Amino acid sequence: MNFLKRTVPMIIAFVMGVLMAFQYYVPHEASQNLLKVVTRWGMIISGFAMFIGAYSLFHMHWNRIKHKVSGWGYSIFMFFGAGIAIISGLYNGGELFWNDKQSGTMFDWIFDYVQVPAGATIFSILAFFMASAAYRTFRARNKEATILLISAIIVMLGRVPVGTMISQYIPIAADWIMTVPNLAAKRAILIGVSIGVIATSIKIIFGIEKAYLGGGD
Amino acid sequence: MIKKTDVSITTWILIAFGTVNIAFLATGKLGFNGKGLGIITAVAITLAMYSFLYKDNPVFKIAENIFVGVAMGYSIIIVWFNILKPDVFEALIVPMFKDTGNAPQYLVIVPTLLGLFMFLRFSSKLSWLSRWSFAFIVGMGSGIAIPNFINAILLRQLEPMLAPLYTGSFWGTIDTLLVLIGVVSVLFYFFFSMEHKGVIGGVSVIGIWFLMIAFGASFGYTVMARMSLLIGRIQFLLKDWLGIIQ
Repeated sequence: MNFLKRTVPMIIAFVMGVLMAFQYYVPHEASQNLLKVVTRWGMIISGFAMFIGAYSLFHMHWNRIKHKVSGWGYSIFMFFGAGIAIISGLYNGGELFWNDKQSGTMFDWIFDYVQVPAGATIFSILAFFMASAAYRTFRARNKEATILLISAIIVMLGRVPVGTMISQYIPIAADWIMTVPNLAAKRAILIGVSIGVIATSIKIIFGIEKAYLGGGD
Repeated sequence: MIKKTDVSITTWILIAFGTVNIAFLATGKLGFNGKGLGIITAVAITLAMYSFLYKDNPVFKIAENIFVGVAMGYSIIIVWFNILKPDVFEALIVPMFKDTGNAPQYLVIVPTLLGLFMFLRFSSKLSWLSRWSFAFIVGMGSGIAIPNFINAILLRQLEPMLAPLYTGSFWGTIDTLLVLIGVVSVLFYFFFSMEHKGVIGGVSVIGIWFLMIAFGASFGYTVMARMSLLIGRIQFLLKDWLGIIQ
């Protein structure tokens, strides 16, 4: 049984890893088709994973309502939002879900007038919190904090007309920061990240890294 | 604990919001159609979200929960129409029961089964089967990542570092030299196999300076991106809803 529980997943990871790594170096149509098919398979599996996420969210909110946890009433609105979106999506403008997706339906209306404005507003609120966080943390307490502060101020001023009004050199300085020191640091980080990803991938393929199997038997 | 003053403030805001919108609908400023009602809904959501700037309140929490629900519902429907319907339902299930002119793609059974195995995570006896699905995804991702990261990121980032420093102009050469110094010093900073003392310590300090400039630049860039979103929302309120600006 241990073979099925632990060894088979490692064999699957090894076979898929080696296959997908080697297909990159085989410029044959069959290799390209393999990549397309396996990527699509990956998307199908990820599609099912989406439903696990949905189950997890609904389960958590259902338990909040069931056990009357503080603020349980708000969970009803989560079900309301999800219900409206799912029902309108399945209704599909009268064509029902097994037909092609119709445009200009209630589902699209919900996306345009609920999801998009809510998402944009949530992210725009971050502007206020970032400004407040910057006020509290951006004090030039040491050399490093001062460098960070000056760099952030120049980049912010360089992106707005008031920066040019203060000095015509501010946008030039902002561009220079983005293309020289920022590029250097980002390049070094990317090199480090790449080496890390490659090393971790090799460890997964050869069964050294097994965290994805989880605990237990 | 909800204070009495908060309740009265919320009530008055709701009355004002309702009155304004009824007036807009009555005068024809907003049409009594999908677009007009959509704008009112979007404004309600926007204002409810912004009410958090005053303090955490029930109106914000309601809007937040509706948003979470809608986002989840939207994702489920999009996964169905973009992935499961064309690749599982129409490719495998429909041709099995109906003559569509296409043969059922039985190979699709493999990812479908692996996808269904994921649900066994909730079973105490069969949860081990979900490991097969994770192994497939993790193995596939690792295999694709190795050559892609080598080619698209690692070599692409190293390539300019191997080019001649002299670019034809004095300032261009200085910039290239600075980039080289920056990359090397930041890599030294992240190299923990040697103690950061002496020359290595000095080089890694220069690396920290480069990192601080990059973090500052990223912060400034992110703030400006959020600001443009904020401007977008305010433009929506003033232009699309109130019609104050054109």
